[in-house]
Amino acid sequence: MSDLRDLYQDVILEHSKAPRNYRELPAANHKAEGFNPLCGDRFTVYITMDGDSIRDISFQGSGCAISKASASMMTQIVKGKSMAEAEKLFESFHKLVTGHAPSGGEADLGKLAVFSGVSEYPARVKCATLAWHTLQAALEGKQETTTE
Amino acid sequence: MSIAAKSVSGAGFDVERIRADFPILQQKVHGKPLVYLDNAATTQKPRAVIDAISHYYEGSNSNVHRGVHYLSELATANYEAVRESARAFLNAADHREIIFVRGTTEAINLVAQSYGRSHIQAGDEILVTEMEHHSNIVPWQILSRERGATIRVAPINDAGELDLDAFSKLLNPNTKLVAVTHVSNALGTINPIRRIVDMAHSFHAPVLVDGAQAVPHLKADVQALGCDFYAFSGHKVYGPTGIGVLYGKTALLEKMPPYQGGGDMIMSVTFEKTVYNRLPYKFEAGTPDIAGVIGLGAALNYVTRLGIENIGAHENEVVRYATEAVAAIPGVRLIGTAKEKASVLSFTLGDVHPHDIGTILDQAGVAIRTGHHCSQPVMQHFGIEATARASFALYNTKEEVDILVRAVEKVREVFA
Repeated sequence: MSDLRDLYQDVILEHSKAPRNYRELPAANHKAEGFNPLCGDRFTVYITMDGDSIRDISFQGSGCAISKASASMMTQIVKGKSMAEAEKLFESFHKLVTGHAPSGGEADLGKLAVFSGVSEYPARVKCATLAWHTLQAALEGKQETTTE
Repeated sequence: MSIAAKSVSGAGFDVERIRADFPILQQKVHGKPLVYLDNAATTQKPRAVIDAISHYYEGSNSNVHRGVHYLSELATANYEAVRESARAFLNAADHREIIFVRGTTEAINLVAQSYGRSHIQAGDEILVTEMEHHSNIVPWQILSRERGATIRVAPINDAGELDLDAFSKLLNPNTKLVAVTHVSNALGTINPIRRIVDMAHSFHAPVLVDGAQAVPHLKADVQALGCDFYAFSGHKVYGPTGIGVLYGKTALLEKMPPYQGGGDMIMSVTFEKTVYNRLPYKFEAGTPDIAGVIGLGAALNYVTRLGIENIGAHENEVVRYATEAVAAIPGVRLIGTAKEKASVLSFTLGDVHPHDIGTILDQAGVAIRTGHHCSQPVMQHFGIEATARASFALYNTKEEVDILVRAVEKVREVFA
């Protein structure tokens, strides 16, 4: 079962056990709740925007290892980025986990490249993208989103 | 493979021979033999069911209850023969009490919309239990909102058993309907339906039983149970999807208005007045799923030939073996430990999310269900979001349990 390790890479397991930026953000001026009705995963993403820039971001909630690690690593990578940059990252990340990434295109995703194994597990794409959909909803000023 | 783990059940129940009846079980998944333990979601189909459906389309396809020609008469006869099989399967008193529907969900909605809208008034109460599937909650919510009625919920204990004392205290003269599952899909609990029916009837409240998870595992004798309505789905008892049965007592069905309007449910139509057809056709509007009914008939015959008691005995032995083995894995918490259980082994493993368990088991060829099982109130009772659920059928073996256990050990390794 070596291929299992492609999905559950050490970095992913480590983030799922000790998620970063896992807290409420009292000063948040953007916030959204994301929900995957299929498995019950539920995350809230908090954002403090400074003009067009994501000054601070955090999340809370419950979900599987993939969704939690994805949320944790997302908060790390988008902190300090502009809205447009965050959107672009989501686009690349989405391509990565659905197996549509151009070869060599993983470089701009940095550490997020560890999620490439998800493309072999179509049922888990929604887990990997839940936090990102929630981020997008928060940036667009929506209160809630689902993966459906 | 140890000799102790070899599957030998009661005389006459040869599980290896039975497995050969199910073409899908011969395949490999991710290079491993398929271990199908998601039977509470849907069961696999024996060759007899698959053949019955193709033979119908190849040899007798025609609309029923309409034509005078040979094929139509043949299709009608075959279709109505299944109604008789379903009557015998449930031991209903009369074949007119058997209504073909799309499945358990549609059966419950039929009762809610037809019986409910004509009999439930503002201030009335509908009593359900905490262990119901969403399909036996939401139709009553829709009805209650429309009629101004109230839903009362009988609680379960921490073993996942219905609290019968609390149930009896919730019954009162305003209780106008009781809706309860025979076997819980999330916990496997078998409810004491006869006792529940007696209690409800002392308040003149009719009882609807959701039999979706019961009929594949135990004898559902509607006359012995005394229930007023009983619903089940074909696909959970080795038949096709999209077909199911609603049983209702004649006296109640006669009083109920049609659920849907259309062909087959009418005697005569003018633009002023329609005379509805007699039972059971009053509730079967439109061309039915004839092939589905034929397939269901083959499935019921298959189960009847093996004997539901033999099936139950074999399954109980496998479930008991699985429960002991899985419970012995460090970190496992069993969800649903009722004294009377059928088929279901629901569990959590430390703080590993059930979805991750499901993916790792899948890589080992083991198909289980992970999630809330459309029973979110049950999850809330146990303070969890989801469980991993293995559910067993007549073709499962102790060898498959061993593969399940090794795969759960693998989950522990990955998440160590």
